[in-house]
Amino acid sequence: MGSYVPSTEEQRREMLEAIGLSSTRELYRDVPESMILNRPLDLPEGKSELEVRAAMEALAAKNTVFKTVLRGAGAYDHYIPSIVKYIPAKEEFLTAYTPYQAEISQGVLQSIFEYQTMIAELTGMDASNASVYDGATAAAEAAAMCRDRKRRVTLISATTHPDVINTVRTYCYGTNDTLQVVPMKDGKTDLDALKAMLNDGVASFYVQQPNFYGLFEDAEALGEAVHAAGAMFVMGCNPIALAIMKTPRDCGADVAVGEGQPLGLPIGFGGPYLGFMATTMKHIRKLPGRIVGETTDHDGRRAYVLSLQAREQHIRREKASSNICSNEALCALTAGLYMATMGPDGMAEVANQCMAKAHYLQKALCQIDGVTLRYDGAFFHEFLLDMPKCKEIEQALAKKGVLSGLPYEDGMLWCVTEKASKETLDEVVAAVKEVLA
Amino acid sequence: MNLIFEKSVKGRKCDILPKLDVEPVALPENLQRETAPRLPEMSETDVSRHYTELNKQVHGVNCGFYPLGSCTMKYNPRIDEEAAALEGFTNIHPLAPKSTVRGALEVLETLQADLCEITGMDGMTFEPAAGAHGEFTGVLLIKQYHDSHNDTKRTKIIVPDSAHGTNPATAAMCGYQVVNIPSAPDGCVDLDALRSVLGEDTAGLMLTNPNTVGIFDENILEITKLVHEAGGLCYYDGANTNAIMGVVRPGDMGFDCIHLNLHKTFATPHGGGGPGAGAVGCKEFLKPFLPHSALMDRPGRVQVRAFMGNFLVCVRALAYVMTLGREGIPEAATNAVLNANYLMQKIKGTFTPAFDRICMHEFVLDLSGYEKETGVSALDVAKSLIDYGMHPPTMYFPLIVHEALMLEPTETESKETLDWAADVFRKLYELGKTDPEFMHNAPHNTPIGRPDEVKAARNPIVRYTFA
Repeated sequence: MGSYVPSTEEQRREMLEAIGLSSTRELYRDVPESMILNRPLDLPEGKSELEVRAAMEALAAKNTVFKTVLRGAGAYDHYIPSIVKYIPAKEEFLTAYTPYQAEISQGVLQSIFEYQTMIAELTGMDASNASVYDGATAAAEAAAMCRDRKRRVTLISATTHPDVINTVRTYCYGTNDTLQVVPMKDGKTDLDALKAMLNDGVASFYVQQPNFYGLFEDAEALGEAVHAAGAMFVMGCNPIALAIMKTPRDCGADVAVGEGQPLGLPIGFGGPYLGFMATTMKHIRKLPGRIVGETTDHDGRRAYVLSLQAREQHIRREKASSNICSNEALCALTAGLYMATMGPDGMAEVANQCMAKAHYLQKALCQIDGVTLRYDGAFFHEFLLDMPKCKEIEQALAKKGVLSGLPYEDGMLWCVTEKASKETLDEVVAAVKEVLA
Repeated sequence: MNLIFEKSVKGRKCDILPKLDVEPVALPENLQRETAPRLPEMSETDVSRHYTELNKQVHGVNCGFYPLGSCTMKYNPRIDEEAAALEGFTNIHPLAPKSTVRGALEVLETLQADLCEITGMDGMTFEPAAGAHGEFTGVLLIKQYHDSHNDTKRTKIIVPDSAHGTNPATAAMCGYQVVNIPSAPDGCVDLDALRSVLGEDTAGLMLTNPNTVGIFDENILEITKLVHEAGGLCYYDGANTNAIMGVVRPGDMGFDCIHLNLHKTFATPHGGGGPGAGAVGCKEFLKPFLPHSALMDRPGRVQVRAFMGNFLVCVRALAYVMTLGREGIPEAATNAVLNANYLMQKIKGTFTPAFDRICMHEFVLDLSGYEKETGVSALDVAKSLIDYGMHPPTMYFPLIVHEALMLEPTETESKETLDWAADVFRKLYELGKTDPEFMHNAPHNTPIGRPDEVKAARNPIVRYTFA
C-alpha cells in the first residue's frame, strides 16, 4: 500500500500515549459505535508509485490523441509554448493555498494583479477579478451582478454556446429568476427580436463574440439597443480574438467575460479552464470573486492584498454577491504567463493565423460538391458547413489522426487554429472529397 | 519587486510560431481593435526570471508546515502531477467521440465508484469546480427534489452559525431564505434550536461533520432524522472529510447529498487558490437531478459549468486514491486525527484550546484570555509564526470562538514537525508576555510587512497604470 504518513509505528504509539489513549479507535469515541464502518472499504489494495504510474499510463493510452484537432465549440487546441507548461508546475505556485497571508504570498498576489491588468487591457475594461471557474459560470455570474430589485430578467442570444445558455439558465433557476433566449436570424442575434424583448424588467443581455457558429455579431448595435432600454450589456469574448477584434469596451459592454482556456491551457477533456470577468470602475463593487489590490506596507513599500472583501461570502455570508471562494488561480497565472510569452504581436499573430487558416479550409471544403456554408458573414476561426455523411467524414479523418469538425445540427462545426499546417488542411480536404465522391 | 509591465521592452519577443502558410485574411475594418493591448514584451529569459522571482515569494506546502485549518494542506504527491500531465489526458477534446476517450471516461467512472464507496453515496457528478460550486450543485439537488413534488412551500435552509460563509451564500444563490441557528457551546448542533426552526417550510439543512471547530457531532443521527421527519433533506459539506474517510460515512449519518473537496481530502494541489474540484455525491433518489452538459450529454437538465468538470484534477485524485487504496484511506484519516490531537496536547499549557476534549483532524485555540492579558492578538501570533517559516493557522474562524486560531496539521506531517511547531508556539507564548511590541510588528523577515488593507479597499488600485 502507498502511504504519505511519515510517522513510524513506534512514533504513533508514543503520540497516542502522550494524548493518554491506548488505541486509535479511541480517537473516534464521539462517533456512535453503530455508525462506524465495521468492514474494509470496497476498494482495491493500495499500490506503489511504480504500479500507479503504469495504471495511469494505461488509462491515458486508451484515449486517442489526435495530431490535428479541427474541433472547437468551446475548447480550443492552441499551441502552448514550453515555458507556459513549465512555470505553473513550480512547487510553490502549485501547492500554495489562497494568498490570505499577504506577507508570504506576494508572488501569487502580484501574478494575479498582473493577470487582472492583462485582462483589463485585452477587454478594454477598467477592472478584472482574479478569475471564476470557467466561461459559462462567468456568464452566469455576470447575469447575477446585473440584476437589481426591479430588473430581474436576463436575456441571452440563441447564438451562445449551448452549455453557457444552460449554465446561465441553471443559475437563474437557483435565484428564481427568468432567462429568455433571444432568437437568431441567419446565424446571428436577431436585433429586432431583441428590441421587442427588451423592457424595464430586463437586467442584462448577453452575446457571445464571435458567436457559437464562429460569426462576428454586430455588437455595437446590440449594445445600443440594450442601453436604450436601460439594461446592462454583457459580452462573452474569445480572448484570442480579442487580440485583434474591437474591444467589448469599445462596443459599449458593461461587463466583459469569457472562457480563458485558449490562453495557454490544454483542452484537457474540459477542465480545469478559466472564467475571466472584467467591468468598469462603476460596477467594481458588484464584481464577484477575489480581487487583488495594490497598497503599501507600514514602511511604504508597494504591496498586494486580497481587497474589497466586503463583497465576499466569508464576510457577507447570505448577502454576498456570490458564494465563490476557490477560483482558478493557477489557470489565471498560466494565462498571464501565456500572454507575457506571446506579447501583443504574438497574440495578434495567433489570432490572424487562426482566422486565415479557418478561411482557407472553409473555401477549400466549400468547393466540394454538396458542401455549403450555412451562414454568411465575417467569421473568426469557426464555421458551420452543411454537408452530408458527417459520421463517415469523422471516421475517415480519425484514421488520418485528425479530429474533424463537430457534427452539429445536421452539419459540421469546424475550427482551425494556428497549429494546423496548410499541408494537413489539404489532406483533410482530399479525405473529405473522397468520402463525398 | 518590479511588475512585469515595468520590465517590458518595446520590440522584444519570444519566437514561437512559424510563418503563416496560407493567404492572410483581414478582419473587416468596423470589427478591428483600435489600439493593441499593452501586454508585456519580453524574451523567454525575462519571462522565466520574472516568474521565478514571483515563485520565490510564495509559501507552498513544499516550503514548510502549513497548518491552515479547514483547508487540509496535506502533501500533494508528484506522481499525481505526472499522471495529470500525460498527453493522453491533456490533449483530448471534451467533444471528441466517446470511443476515442474511453480511458478518460474510465477515470471518471472509477473515481466515482471509489468516492461513492468512501462516502456511502450512490451517484456522483464531477462538474463542480470547487467546494462552493459543489454546495451550489448539492443544494440545487434539494431544490429540484422539492420542485418535482410540487412542494413549493419549502423556502428555508437551516445553517448553524458556526458554518463556513459559503453555506449561507450558497443557500441564497439557490433562492432560499437562510435560517441561522445558534450552536451549542461545543460548536455542535443545538437540538432544541434545530427543533424550534424545523417545519413545513424547511427545505434542508447544511452541515459539516466533524463541525468547523473539529468536533464530531455525536447527535448526528438524531439531527438528520429530525430534518427528514420535517420533510427536509440533509446536505453534507465535505470540507472536513479528511477526518473520517474510511472510518465513518456521511451516507450512514443520514445525509442525502454531499460535496467533496478533491483539493483538500484527495491531495490535489490548491494552485494558489484553485483550480479545485467539488465532486457532488447523492443518494439514489436524487440521481435524476444531477447536472449534465447540454452539448456533451443530456440537454434539458441543470448544468453548473461547461463540459464535464475539472477533469485533470480528477485524474490526480484517482492516482491518489489508487495509491492509498483500501487500507491507506482510513490510515490517512486516523493519522490526521492523531496528529491534531498530539499537537493540541503539546500546545496545551500555553495557548488554550477552545474545547478541551478529543478533537478530529483540527482544533481551535481561543486566545481571548491571552489577548486580554498581553495585548497580543491571534493576528499577532499568526504573523509571528511566519518568521519561523510556518504558515499561519486559519485566523478568526469559526466566528463562534473569539481570537480563534484553527490548526489542521494533516497526516503528512511527522512527529518531529509537530514537536517543533509546539515549541514555536511555546516560544511565542512567552515572547508575548515579555515583548508584545515585537509581535505587534511581526513578521520581520518577509519581503513586505503587514499591508495596509484599509487603504487598498478605500482607494482600489486593481490594475497597473501605464505611464
